[in-house]
Amino acid sequence: MVSTAARFVEPAPPGSALDVLNVSHAFALDGKTLPVLDRVSFRMEAGELVALLGPSGCGKSTLLRLVAGLEPPSTGTLLVDGQRIAGPHPSRVVMFQDPTLYPWRTVRANVSLGLEARGLLRAQGGRVDEALRLVGLTNFETAYPHQLSGGMAQRVSLARALVNDPTLLLLDEPLGKLDSMTRITMQGELVSLWQRAGFSALLVTHDVEEALFMANRVIVLSDRPAAIKADIAVDLPYPRHRGDPRIAELRREVLGLLGLDANW
Amino acid sequence: MFSAKSLRPAEDIGQSVADEPVAAPRAFWFLGGIAAVAWLTDAAVTGWLPDIDDFDRTGLLAWVMAGIGAILAAIAVLGSLVPKNVAERARYSGPWLLLLSGVFLAWELTTAKFTVLPRPFFASPQAMLEVFTDDYPRLGLSVAHSLRLLAGGYVIGAMAGFAAGVAIGWSRAVGYWAHPALRLLGPLPATAWLPLAFFAFPGSYSASTFLVALATGFPVTVLTWSGVAGVNKAYYDVARTMGASQRFLVLKVAIPAAMPSVFVGLFMGLGASFSVLVVAEMMGVKAGLGWYLQWAQGWAAYANMYSALLVMALMCTGLITLLFRARDKLLAWQKGLVQW
Repeated sequence: MVSTAARFVEPAPPGSALDVLNVSHAFALDGKTLPVLDRVSFRMEAGELVALLGPSGCGKSTLLRLVAGLEPPSTGTLLVDGQRIAGPHPSRVVMFQDPTLYPWRTVRANVSLGLEARGLLRAQGGRVDEALRLVGLTNFETAYPHQLSGGMAQRVSLARALVNDPTLLLLDEPLGKLDSMTRITMQGELVSLWQRAGFSALLVTHDVEEALFMANRVIVLSDRPAAIKADIAVDLPYPRHRGDPRIAELRREVLGLLGLDANW
Repeated sequence: MFSAKSLRPAEDIGQSVADEPVAAPRAFWFLGGIAAVAWLTDAAVTGWLPDIDDFDRTGLLAWVMAGIGAILAAIAVLGSLVPKNVAERARYSGPWLLLLSGVFLAWELTTAKFTVLPRPFFASPQAMLEVFTDDYPRLGLSVAHSLRLLAGGYVIGAMAGFAAGVAIGWSRAVGYWAHPALRLLGPLPATAWLPLAFFAFPGSYSASTFLVALATGFPVTVLTWSGVAGVNKAYYDVARTMGASQRFLVLKVAIPAAMPSVFVGLFMGLGASFSVLVVAEMMGVKAGLGWYLQWAQGWAAYANMYSALLVMALMCTGLITLLFRARDKLLAWQKGLVQW
């Protein structure tokens, strides 16, 4: 996908650093409080790709929503480049598990969403073309979402996020619902995009291999309420190979942390 | 690499309709020929068999029937010379045209020729034709009056209902105050307000406009509200992370997402407005098709009444067709048939 453009937008946005400081969070459910995050603290350096790995329903997506500013944490503080996160901001845009494209908008109009919302579409409409080219959908800009395959819809969703020039891209299991072949292709695409664009990325996933293949750090979370179990540096250069013995080694270690190593 | 492989091939979409086998036009359209003979028979019976009474338009009716028969005969014989779409439409309508010729023959015989059905309650075809040829100024004026009243009330009701529905669906505070009132007063038939409206408004026209608006407004409000309330919450998250304002969320997310539901409300409102319109015109307004019906019945002019009913049916179905066309155009993204 990335053969067309050697750069994304100029000047390439530098990545943001993220500090998660002692964050706990709970939901009210049927009059009871359900704790989902338990004193989570970590720092993410500018330009890193960090994977949050944990069992299904452990609260990792909630953590991502807090970073996005869609909800405030019950306690604790989140800082981006030293600034407290008080609400959503286009520099911290989310790519969700579902493409959540607006069915009444064409591919192009969907990608334009962020610029339109901020009144920048007229001045910077060229960025839409750039984002569409980057994900390889230039020829489908007049299509409606129902005409796209799952992989294409998720690429539109990626273009819609990229058009905002994120400094911290939040990926909420973005490949979770794709077929395994499309998923493998898009893992590689996301990595090369991240390498060229220079943004930081926080990837929520429950796929151990995906985390090890893509991230330079994997933070392993426990069952709900999620607490950090381990913070593992993936000391491998890109491009990586899935059959790399070091990946197999790390996978055994991570599965062990998740209590899933019995069959491995 | 990206390829079009992951996209459903465009040929898969909407192909079946285009490729449906169409029967090759034959030299002679057999059913059309039969229908032509049937209509010419109708014309002969109408023209040559004596009427039971003096009807002014028997000759014209016979000529109209003969005209239909002649056109059918021409298409049946010279089908290959007629534009293809006209020929196809005629072929499609063939069975109906044949049935109608039978209906007209039976109707003509049982009314104008032998009076099997009691007069004046059963009007003959030529008597109804006479209404259109002789009373068209009054009938046309009635249609204009009805359309004016309906359009005024419907537009006001639809706009007010839409605004109210969006407000209730969006704002918890508005919902708190509006919901009980809507729940109590909404289901009340708009016609129940009739006595109060004619007393409270300065004139019957404004009172009727209000009633039509009321009848339209309730379904539009409820369905707009339900459409806005049912919008996928993730759509808002997406827009919010990209810096959308509240205004953007309402205008560019909530309202477009609610449009399919809004159109159901507009359709239901249109149906309700027809019934209020007719009642209002019968009760107070001295114009319009409802009034014409009442007036015709007062003079025992049954042919006029049937003609007005026919015109009203055409008007209502035409308006609903118009609404559906507008919907198909606006909600093309929903149909799943859009080609690019």
